[in-house]
Amino acid sequence: MNGNSAIGEAAIRAGCQCYFGYPITPQNELTEYMATHLSRRKGCSFVQAESEISAINMVYGASVAGVRVMTSSSSPGISLKQEGISYLAACELPAVIVNMSRGGPGLGSIVASQSDYFQATRGGGHGDYRTIVLAPSSVQELADLTHHAFDLADKYQIPVIILGDGMLGQMMEPVEFKHEAPEELPIRSRALRGAKGRPSRIIKTFTSKPTELEELNWSLYRRYQLIRKEETSYETFLVEDAELIVVAFGIAARIAKGAIKNARTDGLKVGMLRPITLWPFPSAKVEELANGTKHFLVFEMNMGQMIEDVQLALAGKGEVSFYGRPGGVIPTPSEVFRVVSRLYYQKGLK
Amino acid sequence: MKKVYTRPRSLKRNPFHYCPGCGHSIIHRVMTELIDEMNLQERIIGIPPPGCSVFAYYYFDIDMAESAHGRGAAVATGMKRAFPEAIVFTYQGDGDLAAIGTAETIHAANRGEKITAIFINNAVYGMTGGQMAPTTLLDQQTTTTPYGRDVKLEGYPIRMSEILALVEGAVYIERTAVNSPANIRRTKKAIRKALQTQIDDLGFSLVEILSPCPTNWKMSPLEAWQWIDKEMTKQFPLGVIKDTTGDKDAN
Repeated sequence: MNGNSAIGEAAIRAGCQCYFGYPITPQNELTEYMATHLSRRKGCSFVQAESEISAINMVYGASVAGVRVMTSSSSPGISLKQEGISYLAACELPAVIVNMSRGGPGLGSIVASQSDYFQATRGGGHGDYRTIVLAPSSVQELADLTHHAFDLADKYQIPVIILGDGMLGQMMEPVEFKHEAPEELPIRSRALRGAKGRPSRIIKTFTSKPTELEELNWSLYRRYQLIRKEETSYETFLVEDAELIVVAFGIAARIAKGAIKNARTDGLKVGMLRPITLWPFPSAKVEELANGTKHFLVFEMNMGQMIEDVQLALAGKGEVSFYGRPGGVIPTPSEVFRVVSRLYYQKGLK
Repeated sequence: MKKVYTRPRSLKRNPFHYCPGCGHSIIHRVMTELIDEMNLQERIIGIPPPGCSVFAYYYFDIDMAESAHGRGAAVATGMKRAFPEAIVFTYQGDGDLAAIGTAETIHAANRGEKITAIFINNAVYGMTGGQMAPTTLLDQQTTTTPYGRDVKLEGYPIRMSEILALVEGAVYIERTAVNSPANIRRTKKAIRKALQTQIDDLGFSLVEILSPCPTNWKMSPLEAWQWIDKEMTKQFPLGVIKDTTGDKDAN
């Protein structure tokens, strides 16, 4: 199954009732999957919207009505959705937003890139907010994290971003779905369904009182602190004895893993940290790893974005190098292996 | 003693913040009367816009969710798709519906979304201080057309209802005004029909309401009422613009 379709199937099995999308390469298989498999399900709805802006606002409407809802797009389309994501965050509304990112800036390219890291992990739209950002690195993980994304969104009443890329979306891999689609999910308690048997409710953010908005910002901040504590997730690979640790996420981590296996064959003690949540970023783990080695190589398919989080986490306690390929160029494992071994010798690690 | 006039049940006790002579308070009153009369308070959801009527949720005693500027029809689409039993209306100004939200509005209408748009046309951006709206009349002075709207530079006042009438999924469109007791009664009748269109699951409905903005028009409330009759209705004629609901008694 390709990655895009796996997200669709996992979403349906997570009880996603509404999907609103707009065509953009390289995520079209997901929109098409939902058109085929969600649109005729009982109690479900699919709309091909007139724009990404409309799609995210349909997501907002459906989330207000209390159902599990998703949209997907790729980088330029995700830029258009930022207005809506800001409103979702402000109104404390859960939603799952998939970005199968591609090369930028501008119209860029239609192939895989990781240049939306900043946009995804810093909120992305206007205002002081964060979204949980999940970065899968296989089709299986796309499916697993899609399901998890819906649970996280509901648990924290927050939009959750799945940050994949064009390669993950297009690649075919075996995938096992661990859940059956639920018959019917309970409607969220804050939902607007008409003021029947209770006082009328408002979902809004605008206020003429700065102190009221300040309180909202504090309440969001406290939630974000809790998420930092509870939901940070990562994978480590051969870090125990590592002299050099590669930090990479998503498809780049997959490529790096191949390079690290080659390095190990050559006797180089190289390991990897792969953040699974890009926000919250596993800063404490990076700091802890600096007890074992001072040498870190951040590898991204961009000009260096996650490297800032690694540097912040290390706070000068380690040496950080960077290797990046922007614009949709996909580095090969042997290319990364060459970078890793060169750095290894340059640092006098052998 | 018989009570002949009272506050509608679905109108909250909060005093309106609107300027003297503003049309919003009349339209809120009319709508809440209808919500009571049509017994909709428990199933209706309103979507107010940014703009002067952003605080509509402090007046309507019904479930309401704020929308981003121009996105009302998309928000309403998502809401109605997720919960088809609801009666969903957007409450939008001319900048909201006819400028920034043109795409959302036309495509929601074209899909025949079972939603109702209440479209307040006062020919000006009210809350931001009286700038040109897409519906500003030719030669009308605003803060961004200080020499009057010049067709060569700013184009024509857009007739959104007539445009929407060409869209097949829109089944009921009427333009009314709230500048006289007779017109207010007609407005109420039109909104009733629009909501009934949605209750009957027939398609997209919209009522455009010409509404006075004495503050930004720099007129007295009475002059504003007169200006609607003398000037606005020339560009925006009142009446049923489209009705394919199949209701023989329609107006």
